[in-house]
Amino acid sequence: MTGLILLLIYVVIFALGFIVVKQVSKRLIKRVDYTALKTVTFGDESAVTADRSASVISIVTLFLLWGAFTGSILTPIHAPPPFIGDTTFEYTAENAEGSRDTATVLVRVFRVGEDVETPEIDPGDGWAKNDAIEIGAWRSKLIKTDGNDEFDKAAGARIVEVDGQPILPGGEVKAADGRVTMTPKGTLNFIPAKGLQMEPIWLPAPEAVWGRFIDIISDGYQNYGLLEHLGYSLFRVIAGFIFGALVGIPLGYAMGLSNWFRGWFDPIVEFMRPVPPLALIPLVIIWAGIGETGKIILLFLAALWIMTIAARAGVSGVQISKVHAAFSLGASPSQIMRHVIVPNSLPEIFTGARVAMGVCWGTVVAAELVAAEVGAGMMIMVASKFQLTDIVIMGIILIGVIGYGIDILMRMAEKRLVPWKGRG
Amino acid sequence: MEKKGLFINDVSMRFDLPNGGFVQALQDVSLNILAGEIMTVLGPSGCGKTTFLNIIAGFMAPTGGEVVLNGNSVTGPSQERGMVFQQGALFEWMNVRKNVSFGPRMNNVPKAETEERVDHLLDIVGLSDFKDKAIYELSGGMQQRVALARCLANDPDVILMDEPLGALDALTREKMQGLVLKLWKDTGKTIILITHSVEEALLLGERLLVMAPRPGRIHKEYRLPFAEMGVGADLREVKKADGYADSREEILSMIWDMEEEIMGRTEEDA
Repeated sequence: MTGLILLLIYVVIFALGFIVVKQVSKRLIKRVDYTALKTVTFGDESAVTADRSASVISIVTLFLLWGAFTGSILTPIHAPPPFIGDTTFEYTAENAEGSRDTATVLVRVFRVGEDVETPEIDPGDGWAKNDAIEIGAWRSKLIKTDGNDEFDKAAGARIVEVDGQPILPGGEVKAADGRVTMTPKGTLNFIPAKGLQMEPIWLPAPEAVWGRFIDIISDGYQNYGLLEHLGYSLFRVIAGFIFGALVGIPLGYAMGLSNWFRGWFDPIVEFMRPVPPLALIPLVIIWAGIGETGKIILLFLAALWIMTIAARAGVSGVQISKVHAAFSLGASPSQIMRHVIVPNSLPEIFTGARVAMGVCWGTVVAAELVAAEVGAGMMIMVASKFQLTDIVIMGIILIGVIGYGIDILMRMAEKRLVPWKGRG
Repeated sequence: MEKKGLFINDVSMRFDLPNGGFVQALQDVSLNILAGEIMTVLGPSGCGKTTFLNIIAGFMAPTGGEVVLNGNSVTGPSQERGMVFQQGALFEWMNVRKNVSFGPRMNNVPKAETEERVDHLLDIVGLSDFKDKAIYELSGGMQQRVALARCLANDPDVILMDEPLGALDALTREKMQGLVLKLWKDTGKTIILITHSVEEALLLGERLLVMAPRPGRIHKEYRLPFAEMGVGADLREVKKADGYADSREEILSMIWDMEEEIMGRTEEDA
């Protein structure tokens, strides 16, 4: 239900944002770029660029919706919150002789985690006595209404009405701030109104995640500081990637230059390539345990095939006319290797390196989820076992940010080191 | 004493196919090209022009006959036979200067001498202002001029050109044709140039070789005055010279007939 409402709101903001930005930019900005001069832009890939205002609105919307549906202090508007506070309903019981009496139940709904006192109440007149109970928001509770009554269930008393409406076992009655249901055995159950907000154990508010982030930066989590968790993960990725590249690139070159190497390693590479590194985790744990060695071996294997194939493609992709030209200019095979084949393969190797870094980062988190003593994946795995959703979400955001950062760094390095890529 | 020049003696090239058949790309091609001559090669597709050039360059060993340059048999690629390719085949990871100096650098020519040679050649091809540009910043015509300069930097005896101007637009192409003639006259190199364009073959070929396919062989050879006339002159004027239009018609219809024959044969095969 909440999900559907969220989706609807999201689509509405998407459409509204589009219309508003279109109108505003039409009035305010006179477009003079080249694309504006084209009469045909539909289907022209070069005319499609990311609208930066859409990106900004998109991110803001995500945070606003997150805040609005978690009761965050950051957002002015909120989805209806769950009921908190005191509410009452009445029940009418009938004893074995057919005598009816009505009593009131005072329900105090509180936020889980906050202190609460059971309210004091006056038992009232008649044989059915008033009750009081406290329930956590988003929870429900069975109410032993006959506990203090003069005729209890064993004496043949049963509840027939709630708030004046008849109720049967399995039935339900709407009360002021929630619902009252009756179990098949005739016990009442109160469910306070949940509103549309998410319970913090499902989705904590943004400021809770931020607060947890600040806490963990200073105090650490599970015996390690936050930077240590992330640093260990990064270290494993970089170590695994470097070993993978150190072995994979020469292997790829050999496969690109020698029939024997190509024949010998082709079946191995082609077989290992489609095996997801995640599938190797159990075997690596059996062989090398859950320590650093195992992780680095796994990431080495994840990077190895990608780098091998990239280097092989780089060598095979050299235009034969370039090699011929170099030979005609008097270069020796070793000179051609150094001045033609290696530089020609660099763009492919960089593409491979970017893919390999991405795969390694994903694999290290997965491997840490399975078993580790320290690491970003381990942190969120352990947190999830204690229902510490704020740490889980913080961890996921950090993992995403680091992965994105790695890719940006690789792209910058690529631009600097192989500026001729794609322009040969 | 043996004459200086390129001697092609009964060269044959046969490619065996996996299905047991074979293609006779060249059959008993014999030809002498003296030092300093410029020869253009024309022919319908599949007549073995490129194979012919690759054998002279030493990228392929012929299955019969031999190529002799200045008394030495050709056994592989060497800097005495420079090559210019259709797409330049430049090294885009090097700038213009590094591309042109590639040959001298690989052959350990002293640095000062290399620099001097590179500056001189870039001046000749009109790229002095582009020495430090990256290859991908240049237009197609400029790239071909770099390729020419790179080839000349090694001071080869023979320059082999495989449709060097084929990918250029008409205007650039005409300018480049003038440049080729100028370089030929100034440097005195032997040049063999393959082309698809009859006009280019007429304008640049002191000798013009028409090849025929299946098997690849020399069909007819012409000696033409237009290359000599074109040196330093307006090539459009040369096209108005006596005999130019007639030669063009004759060669065009010759190639046209050959193409027709190929088409007919392919249809029969099908």
